Amino acid sequence: MVLIRRLAKLFSAVLLLATLAPAASAQTGLEDALAGLTARSFSDKETAILAIAASGDPRAETLLQALQEGDLYFRRSDDRMVFVRDAEKGYDISDALTGEELGNVGKRKVRKVSINNKLRGVLKSALGGLRLFAPDDGARAEAARALLSDPDPAMLSGIERALAAEEAARVAELLTLARAAILAQSGPVEDRLAAVAALDGSMNPDVWAVLGRLANAEGDGDTQTVAQAASEALARIDSQKQLYQILETIFFGLSLGAVLLLAAVGLAITFGVMGVINMAHGEMLMIGAYTTFVVQQLMPNAIEYSLFVAIPAAFIVTGLIGIGIERSVIRVLYGRPLETLLATFGISLALQQAVRTIFSPLNQPVITPDWLSGFYEVNGALSITYNRLYIIIFCLLVFAALLAILKRTHLGLQMRAVTQNRKMASAMGIRTGWVDAMTFGLGSGVAGIGGVALSQLTNVGPNLGQAYIIDSFMVVVFGGVGNLWGAFVGAMTLGVANKFMEPFTGAVVAKILVLVFIILFIQRRPRGLFALKGRAVES
Amino acid sequence: MKHYGLKAATVAAGMAAGMAVGTAAQADETIKVGVLHSLSGTMAISETTLKDTVLMLVEEQNANGGLLGKQLEAVVVDPASDWPLFAEKARELLEVHEVDVIFGNWTSVSRKSVLPVVEELNGMLFYPVQYEGEESSKNVFYTGAAPNQQAIPAVDYLLSEEGGGVTRFVLAGTDYVYPRTTNKILEQYLLDKGIPQEDILINYTPFGHSDWQTIVSDIKAFGSTGKKTAVVSTINGDANVPFYKELGNQGIGAEDIPVIAFSVGEEELSGLDTGPLVGHLAAWNYFMSAESDANDEFIEKWHAFIGDEDRVTNDPMEAHYIGFNMWAKAVESVGTTDVDTVRQAMYGITYPNLTGGIAVMNTNHHLTKPVLIGEIQDDGQFEIVWSTPKGVIGDAWTDFLPESKNLVADWTAPISCGNFNITTGACSGQNY
Repeated sequence: MVLIRRLAKLFSAVLLLATLAPAASAQTGLEDALAGLTARSFSDKETAILAIAASGDPRAETLLQALQEGDLYFRRSDDRMVFVRDAEKGYDISDALTGEELGNVGKRKVRKVSINNKLRGVLKSALGGLRLFAPDDGARAEAARALLSDPDPAMLSGIERALAAEEAARVAELLTLARAAILAQSGPVEDRLAAVAALDGSMNPDVWAVLGRLANAEGDGDTQTVAQAASEALARIDSQKQLYQILETIFFGLSLGAVLLLAAVGLAITFGVMGVINMAHGEMLMIGAYTTFVVQQLMPNAIEYSLFVAIPAAFIVTGLIGIGIERSVIRVLYGRPLETLLATFGISLALQQAVRTIFSPLNQPVITPDWLSGFYEVNGALSITYNRLYIIIFCLLVFAALLAILKRTHLGLQMRAVTQNRKMASAMGIRTGWVDAMTFGLGSGVAGIGGVALSQLTNVGPNLGQAYIIDSFMVVVFGGVGNLWGAFVGAMTLGVANKFMEPFTGAVVAKILVLVFIILFIQRRPRGLFALKGRAVES
Repeated sequence: MKHYGLKAATVAAGMAAGMAVGTAAQADETIKVGVLHSLSGTMAISETTLKDTVLMLVEEQNANGGLLGKQLEAVVVDPASDWPLFAEKARELLEVHEVDVIFGNWTSVSRKSVLPVVEELNGMLFYPVQYEGEESSKNVFYTGAAPNQQAIPAVDYLLSEEGGGVTRFVLAGTDYVYPRTTNKILEQYLLDKGIPQEDILINYTPFGHSDWQTIVSDIKAFGSTGKKTAVVSTINGDANVPFYKELGNQGIGAEDIPVIAFSVGEEELSGLDTGPLVGHLAAWNYFMSAESDANDEFIEKWHAFIGDEDRVTNDPMEAHYIGFNMWAKAVESVGTTDVDTVRQAMYGITYPNLTGGIAVMNTNHHLTKPVLIGEIQDDGQFEIVWSTPKGVIGDAWTDFLPESKNLVADWTAPISCGNFNITTGACSGQNY
C-alpha cells in the first residue's frame, strides 16, 4: 500500500517536473524540488525528497544527507535553502545549492527543515539509491541495506547494474538479497519461489521482515504458494535462530554478572574480608560515578579519554573517603555489627543529601565515549554490544588486579593475616589499625571504580547507590563471605540465572525468584557457595 | 540518648509554637499557597522543579500587586517521596498553616494518599501531572493530562499514515498503578481498532530497572516480522535512561521501531546524550520548543528566576502555570479564597496555554488542552511533529474500559458528583 502510494508520488513528481520544465536542465528540477521542502506538511516534503532524489543532480546526495542530519535550514525572509554553522552569535549561513556565503544571521531568522520518522525512512531509501555506486565499500553496503529494508521494484534495474559492477563480496551479498526481496514480490510464480529460496537461510533481520510480509500476504493462488514457501523458510530460520538466542542470553547473563561483580567486589572486601556491614557501600559507587561526571566536565574536549582519567581519580577519591569513614566512625564500632549497620546507613543518607546539595537532585549527564557505543553484529540474531563487552573485560581486569593485590603484595599479606587472626597479627608487629584503614580504603576505592563503569550504563544521580546495595549484599552473601572467588562465581551465577529466567517470567518475577532461591540456598548452606575454612570461621 | 531526644523535642516544640504565632499574626494579611512537592528522596528529581515553578508564579503575582489587595505567601513542606507522609504534610498545610490552596504531588500513589485529607478538611489541590484517570474528586483540580489527552492520541498518531502506520505494538511500562491502568486502556483500545492480540506485547519492569538487554532484544525480535512495530512506553523516572541507552547500543533507530513515551520530557532528557535517540517520540500537552510569545516569555522568566540559562521547562510546569493562573483569576472574580466559592468560579474559567490556544477548566475538574507529539532532537529538545487541531476535553473516566465507560464526572448541579452512572442515573456514593 505504502509502497504503491510512494511510487505514485514519485511518478507524479517526475511527471510534474517533466511538464513544468520540459526544456530546463536538471538544475532547475533540483531547485524546484528543493522549494517543496519549505512546506509544512510532511507529505509535501516527501514528494519534494523523491523529486530531489530523481533529479539526477550530483548535489542531491549532499542535500539529502544534510536534511537527514538536520543541517538543512531555510531563510524565513525568502525561503532560500541554506546550510548553517554555529557562530559566536547566531549562525553563519551559506547557500545550499551554490555554496555562496550569506553572512551571519540571528537564530530566529532561519528555520530548520523538520523531518519525521516516516521521512527518515524515505530519506534512507532515497540515499540508498543514490549511493549504490559510491566509491566507499561501507557506504555501498549501507545503501544496499537500506534498499533491502524497503524493497522497491523501481530500484530493480539500478540494483542489477550495481550487482554486475560490484566487487566487494559483502556488498554483493546484500545486493543479491535486495534483488531477491524485490523479485519475490511479483512476477511469475517460479521466479518468486526462486527468490524466496534465495532468501532462505539468511540471518539478516531485514530478510525476515521481507519473508514475514510475504508469509502474511493475502491474495490469489500464486500469492498463497509464495506465502507457504515464505513461512516454511521462516520456520527453518527460526530453528537456526534458537542457538544464537541461547548464546545471546549467556552473553547478557555474563554482562549482568560483570555489573553485579563490579558493584559487589568492593563490598566483598569491606564486608567479606573485614566483616563490616557497610550500608554506605552504594554511595561509594555513586561517588565514583559522580567523579566520572566531574572529570568529563573538566576535560570537555577529550571525552574519548575521560574514562582513563576517571578510573584512577574515582579510586583515589572514594578510597580517601573510605579511609576517612573508617578512621572516624567504623574504627570505634568494631565488634558491634548493629551499631555499624546503623552508623553506615546514616553516613549513606548524609552522602546522598550532600550530593543533592552540591550537584542538585537532578541526574547528571555522563557522556558515553564513541568507542563504547554500538555493537558488533555476528548475525541478525546475535549482536554483541561494545559497552557490555568492555564491561566484562574491565570487570575481569579489576578482579585480577584485586587478586594480585591480596595474594602478591605486602599489604595483601597483612590484610589476610589480620582477617585470619587479628591478635596474632598484632603480636607479630602488624599495625592492625593501619591495615584496617587501608583495607577499607581499598574496598571503597574499588567500589568507586565500579561506579565509573555504572555511569556508562545507568543514571548518575543521588539514588544510584541504593539501586545496587541490595544486589551487592546478595552477591557477597551468596558467594560466601570473605572469599573473592565466591563473589565472582556468585555474581556470574546470579546474572546468568536471572537472564535465563527473564524471558519466561518477566523482569519483576525473575528478580523475586532469584531472591527466593538465595533465601533457600542460604538456609541449606549458611556460609554461601565457598565457605571459608579454618580458624577465622570459629571466631 | 534520651536527654538529646528530650532536648530536640523541646526545641522543635518551641519552633513550632513560634511558627504558629508567626502565622497567626499574619493570617489576615496574606493569602497562603501550600506547596506539597518532595524535595528529597527519589521523586525530588522531578518535584523540586515544580516547587520552584510555584514559587516563581507566587513571586510574579506579588510583583503584580498580589491578590485581592493581599500578598501571597508560599508555604513549602517536604513530604520526602514518602507516600503516607504526603497525607500528614497535607494535613499540616490545611490545619496548622491554614493554606487557601495546595499545589502538589507527582505520583498517583501520593495523590491517593492525600485525597482523604483534602476531602475531609475541604481543601483545594491542583495536581499537575499526567495520570491514569478513573478519578474525579471535588477537592482536586487535575491540570495534567487524562489518558484521552495523551495516551489515546499518541496511539492514534502511530496508527495513522503520518505516524508510520504501525500495526504491531509493544506496551512497556514500570510495574505500578499508572502504567498498568494506561496499558489496560490502550490494550482495549487497540483491540477495538482491530489489532489482533498476538500483535500486542505487554511488558512490565520494576522501578529503577537498569538491565534492559533482554527486553530490548525481545523488542527487536518482536519488530522483525515485517509489520511496522512501535513501543508505547509508560516506563517511569530513572529507568528511562538505561532503557534509551540500551536502545541506542543495540542500534534500534526511530525509523525502525519508534518509541513513544508518556513520562519522558525535557527534564528527563537533560540527563542524557540524545544523539542516538533522535526521532523517538513523546506525547505531551506542552513542549519547551513550542513557538509562541507566551512560551518565550515564560522560559525567559524561568531562567531569570532560577538563575540558570540551561534549565528546561516541561509539561507539568505548564500545568502549574495554567492551574495557578486559573485559581488566581477565579479568586479575583469572586473576591474571596473560600474553597467552595472559588470552586464554583473555576468551572468554565479560561486561560491561554503556553503553546497557543486557550485552556478551559471543565466541570469534571479536568482541563481542555491540545495534545502534541514531539520527536527528540539531538539538542535534548522536542520537535513538534503533530498536534490535535483543537483542544481535547479531559475525560475523568475512560470510555474504553467496561467498568468506567458509563461513568461521568460533573461537579455542578444537578449531578454534583465525580462518578455519575449514566445508565443507572445515580452516583456510586464514594467520594471521588
